[in-house]
Amino acid sequence: MEFFLQLLVNGVCIGLLYGISAMGFVMIFKASSVLNFAHGELLALGAFFFLSLVTWGKIPVAAAFLLTLIGCFVLGVLIEKFFLRPLIGEKLIFVIMLTVGLAAMFKGLILLVWGGNLHTYPEFLPASLEFHLGSIYIAPVYSATLVISVVFLVLFGLFFKKSSQGIFMRSVADNQKAALSLGVHVRRVFALSWAIAAMVACMSGIVLGIINGVNVHDLSAIGLKVFPVVILGGLDSIGGAIIGGIIIGLLETFTGGYLSPSLRDVVPYIVLVFILMVKPYGLFGLVEIERV
Amino acid sequence: MKKPSFHPCGNFRETYAEELAIFDTWFGRVSLIVFLLLLFCLAPLMLDRYLLYILNSIGIMAIAAIGLNILIGYTGQISLGHGAFFGVGAYAGAILATRLNLPFFVCIPAAGLITAMVGMIFGIPSGRLKGLYLTIATLAGQFIIEYVLIQWESLTKGTMGITLPEPQVLGVNISGDKAFFFLIFACLVCMTWFAVNIMRSKYGRAFVAIRDNDRAAEGMGIPIFRYKLLSFAISSFYAGFAGSLWAYYMVSITTEPFNLALSVEFIAMVIIGGMGNIPGAIFGATFITVLNELLRFATGALMNVGWIAGLGLNMAPLREFVFGLAIVLFILLEPKGLAELWRIVRSSFRLWPFSY
Amino acid sequence: MGEILLQLNNISVVYSDVIQVLKGVSLSVANGHIVSLLGSNGAGKTTTLKAISGLLKPENGEVTDGSIIFNGVNIQNQAPEFITRQGIIQVLEGRQPFKYLTIEENLRVGTATRPGKPYKEDLEMVYSYFPALVKRKKALAGYCSGGELQMLVIGRALMAHPQLLMLDEPSLGLAPLVVQEIFRIIRKINEEHGTTIVLVEQNAHMALQVAHYGYVMENGKIVMEGTARELADNPDVKEFYLGMAASGIAKSYKDVKSYRRRKRWL
Repeated sequence: MEFFLQLLVNGVCIGLLYGISAMGFVMIFKASSVLNFAHGELLALGAFFFLSLVTWGKIPVAAAFLLTLIGCFVLGVLIEKFFLRPLIGEKLIFVIMLTVGLAAMFKGLILLVWGGNLHTYPEFLPASLEFHLGSIYIAPVYSATLVISVVFLVLFGLFFKKSSQGIFMRSVADNQKAALSLGVHVRRVFALSWAIAAMVACMSGIVLGIINGVNVHDLSAIGLKVFPVVILGGLDSIGGAIIGGIIIGLLETFTGGYLSPSLRDVVPYIVLVFILMVKPYGLFGLVEIERV
Repeated sequence: MKKPSFHPCGNFRETYAEELAIFDTWFGRVSLIVFLLLLFCLAPLMLDRYLLYILNSIGIMAIAAIGLNILIGYTGQISLGHGAFFGVGAYAGAILATRLNLPFFVCIPAAGLITAMVGMIFGIPSGRLKGLYLTIATLAGQFIIEYVLIQWESLTKGTMGITLPEPQVLGVNISGDKAFFFLIFACLVCMTWFAVNIMRSKYGRAFVAIRDNDRAAEGMGIPIFRYKLLSFAISSFYAGFAGSLWAYYMVSITTEPFNLALSVEFIAMVIIGGMGNIPGAIFGATFITVLNELLRFATGALMNVGWIAGLGLNMAPLREFVFGLAIVLFILLEPKGLAELWRIVRSSFRLWPFSY
Repeated sequence: MGEILLQLNNISVVYSDVIQVLKGVSLSVANGHIVSLLGSNGAGKTTTLKAISGLLKPENGEVTDGSIIFNGVNIQNQAPEFITRQGIIQVLEGRQPFKYLTIEENLRVGTATRPGKPYKEDLEMVYSYFPALVKRKKALAGYCSGGELQMLVIGRALMAHPQLLMLDEPSLGLAPLVVQEIFRIIRKINEEHGTTIVLVEQNAHMALQVAHYGYVMENGKIVMEGTARELADNPDVKEFYLGMAASGIAKSYKDVKSYRRRKRWL
């Protein structure tokens, strides 16, 4: 029973991480219908950028965090401007392969600069975030994850529901032509969605780095694990990304705990194929209305 | 009207038969035959072992890339699992050869057929899914196949790998790069011939119709699910065929190379070569293989340059970076790929020396 | 005629570099007027509006010739972001709401030309024109009726404080009573705000009732113009668009068609 509960807690925590990693991904898809295969590399870029600032630059953690967020914001804008804007309206395979190419470029770049070894951050989370519930132990980083994901969920919810920019972004995703006719700056919306997505990605990269250490290969593998998560939650639902993340996290830890550790990494994809066959739009995705 | 002999300088086609013809003129046909004859006669004599090895790799990769081009370029179904299918073919060939002691000319087609079956299983989602959802499903297929290859140890010997016997023809062993050169390129010519011709048939037209608008194709009476499955089957047959050929050539195989990166490499070949163009797949395979070798050479050379080594930088990832850059640049600058560049070069010779 | 707000000088529009849709259209819209643009399907009315609002580019169209002057600024081939900020808002044909946004969020998108500015008063203003929207303001637009949606898209355009409002077939697919209501409100907007309105309509009868001035288009050209009164009294317009013979009895469609074949303006 204890083992079960510990697995449950771990599963939820890992799942939350997958969830926030997937949020940025969903955001890009929502605004511009681009499937971003370079998401894992964005996570890694954020994590490494932060690492350099903290360990080599000796900048205080809070300032480094802020700088990283700003850097990733700019990076997102640049990616959109130079690589994706020329492809608006192009065939799907070109857009997909462009992000695949970008992934290879970023990965190569990261390996060139930081190498393929495992790096760790200095300890900076306060010990007060540690919890012992009976025999169950929650590491500080997991409770930090919980807090961050809830904060971001609420922030995004408010942003998309209340703020004008958020509503403009949704309107572009909904009906691009009508948005254009009302003077919504569609190109700026695309750039903004990439910028925000890159920011979220780098933040989740940092959190992942705190837990597992920073390593390109691990982080880019998580970028691919985003796919089962978002398919489960629905490609365009941010709340769905969190719930999908938790389900995938639980599945992984329970398979790892009870069945076999090697099956752990494949289970999400098996589930993915199953979901795609049964409910292609996921649990919370909007069903596309297709008329001939 | 007298038929033009060299490259025609315009569209002079008058019948459907001419439209479907592979060669516009006898000149095209003859020059291809001459090229092939020269290739088969001179290449094994002139090239050293390393260059022959590269040529052989190109041949094998080209077979697999042609298969993927049938699926992506002609049928419009994006697959991220081609590398895994290549692996399935390699293992099917290896297992048939070692467990059942079948001769290689049975093994290779049989491996192709087995892979075609596996490909059809992973093609089933295409009945319900389109576009990016299908792409994600094939991504899952890639991971699942990889897992099975590693974990099904009783059959695949897991990470230990399998060593294959030397193939034999009429009691003569085929070994060494020269012998394999003839085997691989004979296969490549046959497979190219088959692919070009299937695209001129009813099946090829149905594939193109599905690519351009699957709903309209359905309305025209094409059973789209059956044809999509067929396209998956043909494409995986090519992958399996190439994979088993590769297994024989490499003598021993492990699960390692058949990962997502290989799948991405195959798609890169199709895009860089030119989608929906069979010779394009061969160009793409050539480009990627040569690029890989050049980069390996360049990074090795850079490592030995004093000041770079002094910086303590590892230059190996440069390969990955340039590889990604090549994909990105081709998509942004020449999305129709090398085949289009080749067409432009040819058509500039069309009116030579009296061009306007 | 008062001061000219919008002037189209001999514009040509070509789609995909090959299909010429407008072949030299010139028209002028006086400040504060309602100008209606009549014509059969494919005459080029919608294309004219899109040429003005800059929405041709997404459809691969381009203004190849002529000039479009609005308030002294040449807006030919400008980006829609720029044109809408000059004060021109087009209401697209066929009611294009944001289906997954609520009515109120839809209206808020209308403020895109002046982000960050207060919009509460404008919401009140729109609700006072269209009281039917008030009780539906939390509903997703995808679940609203055609009449509500037409009110919504007009209201959404009003949120931008347009100087020139272009309406593309507001009566399309609506019940006659709803159409009357909408036209009454269009009139009211024009009178109370002094908003200049360009109205593209198939329902020539209604359009000429509210309009001050009118143009008739055919095959990408303007073939007739005049005040609404003149047009309504013109025997040709009567026959083709109002369906009345000179004697005042509606002719059968067949007769009109055969007559039309004989007597083309061009």
